[in-house]
Amino acid sequence: MNLWKEFTKGLIAENPIFRLALSLCPALAVTSNVYNALGMGLTVMFVITLNNMSVSFFRNVIHPKVRVPVYIISIATIVTVAMLTLEAFLPVLYKELGIYLSLVVVFAIILARAEVFAAKNKVIPSMIDGLGMGLGFTLGMVTIGAVREIIGNGSFLGYQVLGGWYHPPLIIILAPGGFIVIGFIIGLMNLNEKRKKDKSEKAEITAGGTI
Amino acid sequence: MSEYFLLFMGAAIVNNFVLTRYLGLCIFFGVSKNYHASTSMGLAIISIITLSSMITWVIEHFILLPLGLYFLKTIVFVVVIAVFVQLLEMVIKKFMPTLYNVWGIYLLLVATNCVILGVPLINSEANFTFIKSVVNALGSGTGFAIALILFASLREKLQFSDVPKSLEGLPIAFILAGMLALAFQGFSGMIPL
Repeated sequence: MNLWKEFTKGLIAENPIFRLALSLCPALAVTSNVYNALGMGLTVMFVITLNNMSVSFFRNVIHPKVRVPVYIISIATIVTVAMLTLEAFLPVLYKELGIYLSLVVVFAIILARAEVFAAKNKVIPSMIDGLGMGLGFTLGMVTIGAVREIIGNGSFLGYQVLGGWYHPPLIIILAPGGFIVIGFIIGLMNLNEKRKKDKSEKAEITAGGTI
Repeated sequence: MSEYFLLFMGAAIVNNFVLTRYLGLCIFFGVSKNYHASTSMGLAIISIITLSSMITWVIEHFILLPLGLYFLKTIVFVVVIAVFVQLLEMVIKKFMPTLYNVWGIYLLLVATNCVILGVPLINSEANFTFIKSVVNALGSGTGFAIALILFASLREKLQFSDVPKSLEGLPIAFILAGMLALAFQGFSGMIPL
């Protein structure tokens, strides 16, 4: 039951991209279409889960003073494995992600999970935490990718979804569009949260009134 | 000479690090609330980027390539840069305490950052010579500093404007960055890489 909570917190409540505003570079750089966003999301999920497991497994052996360098080496090793695998099996995706793939090493979210969660918890909860956070990250990436690809290109995963009448504004796929889209998505999430809060407050007031 | 000048301008303005390549966004949004902090940060970034791309170039060409360890590039670069920044911090703390008071915290912040790791990786991917790497690093650092200072000045103005409630804080900063990026789009294609 508790494990389920560790898994779901990363999806919305502590979503790495929208809530914690961590690892924004990839969220903007590779989200001009859904396929790249999904590839990057799954890569990060793989790295974060494995790294959480390894950090948690060795947590009693690592001296607290040198923990950050140890985490970085662990992350860099796993990223190298992921890169070599992608290069061998999905060379096109590897080329598209390019330099951002090596930069997974310095994504704040991976180091943050190692430091905040995996260093203090057992292996299984750490793995679940990594999976949840990774999935939340993937979800965020795919959301941004979908918005940008549909508006900016009229397609989804490469399939044309909007007809020939639609003239896509190219700007959404270019650099400025990424910033603007992510700004509006976070704004919408804030609006939604405020609405929920207002509703529950109102419900409390009316409930109090009837008693 | 003109080749180096073009490379510098290309890295600084046309292919601006933050606004067209999306690197270093954590710092870009984190430090830009205050104009003074952003100028110190910009200077710290320029110097560290330049020094670390020199070091990684030497390591790549005299250690990794001769020994056939090219696939370890990412691990080696990350560790070398982190260690180097820590060392630099110690040296500055010991010998230049006044500078340390202004800079110290920023040095640690940039130790593992996408910009600092990104430039050496771009240099090695593009197979630059030593001088070209340095010029590219200087240009990228300057571009980052320009974007950061411009953005910080814009955000200071933003404090006095009436922003819709749900867009306050981070969302409006993103939209503002989008506008700045739009301005920088005007330079695109001026210098082909």
